[in-house]
Amino acid sequence: MVLFDLILGLLLVVLVQKCLSVTDLFGAVISFMAFGLLMAVAWVRLEAPDIALAEAAIGSGLTGALLFSTLGRLPHSEARQPIASRTVGSGPGYWLAAGFWWVSIMLLSVAFFLSLLELQAPGLGGYLQERLSESGVLNPVTAVLLNFRSLDTVMEIAVLLLAVAVVWSLGTVGWPAKQKLSLPLLVGLVRLLTPVFLLVAFSLLWRGNHAPGGAFPSGAVLAAASILLLLAGKTIRIYPLTMFWLRWVLAAGLLVFVLAGMSLMFAGYGFLVYPEQWAGTMILIIEVSAGVSIGAMLMALYIGGEPDFHAG
Amino acid sequence: MTAYYLILAGVILAMAFHGLMTRANLLRKLMALNIFTSAVFLFLVALARMAEPLDPIPHAMVLTGIVVTVSTTAVGLVLLLKLYRRTGSLTLQSADDD
Amino acid sequence: MSAADIAGAALVVVGVLFFLSGTLGLLRFPDIYTRIHALTKADNLGLGLICLGSAVQSGSLLTALKLLLVWILVLLAAAAGASLIAQTAHERGIRPWERQE
Repeated sequence: MVLFDLILGLLLVVLVQKCLSVTDLFGAVISFMAFGLLMAVAWVRLEAPDIALAEAAIGSGLTGALLFSTLGRLPHSEARQPIASRTVGSGPGYWLAAGFWWVSIMLLSVAFFLSLLELQAPGLGGYLQERLSESGVLNPVTAVLLNFRSLDTVMEIAVLLLAVAVVWSLGTVGWPAKQKLSLPLLVGLVRLLTPVFLLVAFSLLWRGNHAPGGAFPSGAVLAAASILLLLAGKTIRIYPLTMFWLRWVLAAGLLVFVLAGMSLMFAGYGFLVYPEQWAGTMILIIEVSAGVSIGAMLMALYIGGEPDFHAG
Repeated sequence: MTAYYLILAGVILAMAFHGLMTRANLLRKLMALNIFTSAVFLFLVALARMAEPLDPIPHAMVLTGIVVTVSTTAVGLVLLLKLYRRTGSLTLQSADDD
Repeated sequence: MSAADIAGAALVVVGVLFFLSGTLGLLRFPDIYTRIHALTKADNLGLGLICLGSAVQSGSLLTALKLLLVWILVLLAAAAGASLIAQTAHERGIRPWERQE
């Protein structure tokens, strides 16, 4: 299996190199997505299936979709033009700066690996195992995300919501422009797959309790389903959500999370400190609302501006 | 084997950082930033693997990190499009170029 | 190693060979239409064989059904994807390759 890791590492390095120096942006984006998929394999090798799911769905899939939609909004020439030679500069100043970075990185790595030899492995795993029964869930990663360190997750959802707010404040967009081609196969596929997407999202949410999964991969699957619906939107009629409800759906995850925390505080437990017998139920409620919200927020990021339902 | 992944993380980190510093195209800078964060995550998870038993806390941290990275990238891309509409260029010009 | 293990491994190896030939087609074929033809045809069969091999090795009906579902979903996505690429290429005016006399 060592050979497998070696090949995987080599491929990752080659793809990074391609992504950063291949001549056209389109090719660079393809390399980037391939890199993300292979990273998911690396996560499985490092026994981190939760991260593998999130990387494949969010890190590679959704980021790829974001990059592609950006490329699509640029003129064709910009996306396919050779640009590799255009770096920040090529004079002596550039080489001095590049040399400086490389030398400092090398020195840092050497110092770092020397310190690794004496480093104690982080050892909270045993402690977590002891306290897992108090958390109300069986998957240790979910226990950390939604119970022991739930404040981090509140903040994370807040960051996502903030990103949506920033994107919306930068302008409005209509529905994606009508495609020139009629693509009956895409429409058929989307018709067939939408229920499957919903089923997978629900199953990921439910599994998060005891196995890899949870609100984030589930939200990413929901967002993927919505993006496919948008792409095929020419003939499938999407029920026009009013902005009023869309805003509530976007904010629901954060709202439920904070409300749960506050009510626990007033009940005398402390912000997001669950009493043991309620922990499982509260985590489920928070996860369902967070999952739906995350799906909506990721889709809002994909649309790339405040949706203007009257235009386009 | 864990040491191998730590070194791999270091190599990718260095490559991504070099790209982030030297590429002029902003879309490429954003991709370099994404690869950079992936390398940091790889490092954290490889460290978590060294622990006995496996330490799931870095896993939770990385999950949070992935979502934050996507938020950053999305905002960056919208800003990039704005810049392109205004200047017709995907690179930042320094003030004395104009 | 049981007989099921060996049969499963053999199926996986044959599947990988199909993937290899598909990749070879992608690299060596002259135009976009022949390339997607090679990719979808060889890779779908290869994936089917790998799924079958894994199912035989797992020895559990539930896992086998899940692998079947994986294969069917990939088949659908690959067929639709290939057709979309071909249709777009055709619309853009890319002519299919012909042998030069």
